[in-house]
Amino acid sequence: MAKVLMKGNEAIGAAAIEAGCKYFFGYPITPQSELPEFMARELPKAGGVFLQAESEIAAINMVYGAAGSGARVMTSSSSPGISLKQEGISYIAGAELPCLIVNIMRGGPGLGSIQPSQTDYFQATRGGGNGDYRLVVLAPSNVQELVDLIIEGFDIADQYRNPVMILGDGMIGQMMEPVEFKKPKTRELPPKDWATNGTKGERKPNIINSLYLSPEELEAHNIRLQAKYQKIRENEVKVESYNIEDADVVIAAYGTTSRIAKTAIAQLEKEGYKVGLIRPISLWPYPYDEFNKISDKCKGILTVEMNSGQMVDDVKIAVNGRFPVYFHGRLGGMVPTPNEIIEKVKKIYGGEI
Amino acid sequence: MILNDKRIRIVVGHYGSGKTEFSVNYAVKLAEQGRKVALADLDVVNAYFRSREKAEELSSMGIRVIGSHESSGSAIDVPAIAADVYSPLQDESYDVVLDVGGDPAGARTLGRYHNYFIEGKYDMFFVLNANRPETQSVDKAIEYLRKIEDMARAKATGIVNTTHLLKSTTVEDVLRGQQLAEQVSEKIGIPIRYVVALEHVANKLPSNINGEIFPIKLFMREDWMV
Repeated sequence: MAKVLMKGNEAIGAAAIEAGCKYFFGYPITPQSELPEFMARELPKAGGVFLQAESEIAAINMVYGAAGSGARVMTSSSSPGISLKQEGISYIAGAELPCLIVNIMRGGPGLGSIQPSQTDYFQATRGGGNGDYRLVVLAPSNVQELVDLIIEGFDIADQYRNPVMILGDGMIGQMMEPVEFKKPKTRELPPKDWATNGTKGERKPNIINSLYLSPEELEAHNIRLQAKYQKIRENEVKVESYNIEDADVVIAAYGTTSRIAKTAIAQLEKEGYKVGLIRPISLWPYPYDEFNKISDKCKGILTVEMNSGQMVDDVKIAVNGRFPVYFHGRLGGMVPTPNEIIEKVKKIYGGEI
Repeated sequence: MILNDKRIRIVVGHYGSGKTEFSVNYAVKLAEQGRKVALADLDVVNAYFRSREKAEELSSMGIRVIGSHESSGSAIDVPAIAADVYSPLQDESYDVVLDVGGDPAGARTLGRYHNYFIEGKYDMFFVLNANRPETQSVDKAIEYLRKIEDMARAKATGIVNTTHLLKSTTVEDVLRGQQLAEQVSEKIGIPIRYVVALEHVANKLPSNINGEIFPIKLFMREDWMV
């Protein structure tokens, strides 16, 4: 299929339909509203159902129900709406159901603004809902990667029976870019023999639930969940890195800010600086090991984000004291410029910070 | 020749086709020709990449930019249009470019200015991009155009071929779009007025192409975007 020009939010919808998603439950919020709009128009044509729920809380619980019946299902929202969904997300994780949740982040806290941000890193990677659960969190940096991760995300969700979150900033959702739809690498997916899709009188009823009255049983359930998360840590780390074996400074950035960092790195190279990049694509599981490849001569790691430094914690865990960790960020919906990053890198080079 | 176009220019089309880059470049070219220009951003569909974001840069070129809410800049997406839009529509010393939001939904804002859209006194340019999935066929493109005309209560007077893939656009992309534009043009009897392309692509287009070659700079894309 030839490349077409799509807005990130439209491309999410098209990719989800391509991946066999049949149900979308959501509630509009800028800057992701083009997605429900696209799904309202296109999903019925693909034999699916689009439903605008009365609230985000209703939408995530509809996802819970549809996922329990074994359907490919998704929801999407932006930061404040994702906060409303947290209870449902925790239930879905507890009941071990596959689904895709898209967060196109905007400035916060509270209602914040409609401009792009990355302020939900903690919420996504640490769990905004209750309990010892994990989401697989994938952070695309362009519309093509967004499409690829949506398609693969549904497979990851099915393989591990776990919710997958696509974490994009508003820029990713709103940006127009060329895309093509490719088949993902095939995964062997387990049969959904747990789904509540009718016994046909041939088996005992399946039950979808996250309630365990006996603490012994709940502990066993949690131990099983943790073993599953460990498997995800081993198998599903995604990262792109550039020139980290030879860099004097390494930038760590994901999503839109990683692209701005790349522009800064290209300019710095022209001026003779050696700057590497680690771009986590999976924010959970986090690519901690990648930081071990950084050369000992590196003067420091510069984390760049559109927040106050939420990924810095993970970078510090990854480098484990080997290098100083610096930060540059813009807040409230402001987008960093390549020049700001260049200045900061030069300061690290010059020992000024 | 943009100076020969009617004083009021309305730019419509499917969203994401390139209306705003065309509108901004058009306004800049008019200003460079010494005209007194107002660019009215009527986009109530998009939240990002609206011409009002470039108000400062455009003002420095002498262009009056009218956003939906002058005090709030780009940080609000209420579907409101500034009252000031009336001013350049009424004041005939202005050349006006109306940068309209995408789709029939975006064209709805034009209804209130119906009185100013007198046949022969305005141009309405239908921006057409063959790389947008919704306007890749002749029939779908025409369907979009008709719905937009109905909503706007105004008739298109020209087609603008903006077929592109952003900074990776090739001559072939533009020419493929041109084929679509020509078929649409023939079927509905509206001429192709402009063929829009980045300067380095525009230089390579055949000079006998149907419509005026319209080289543009990208105002709305940051350096780090593709």
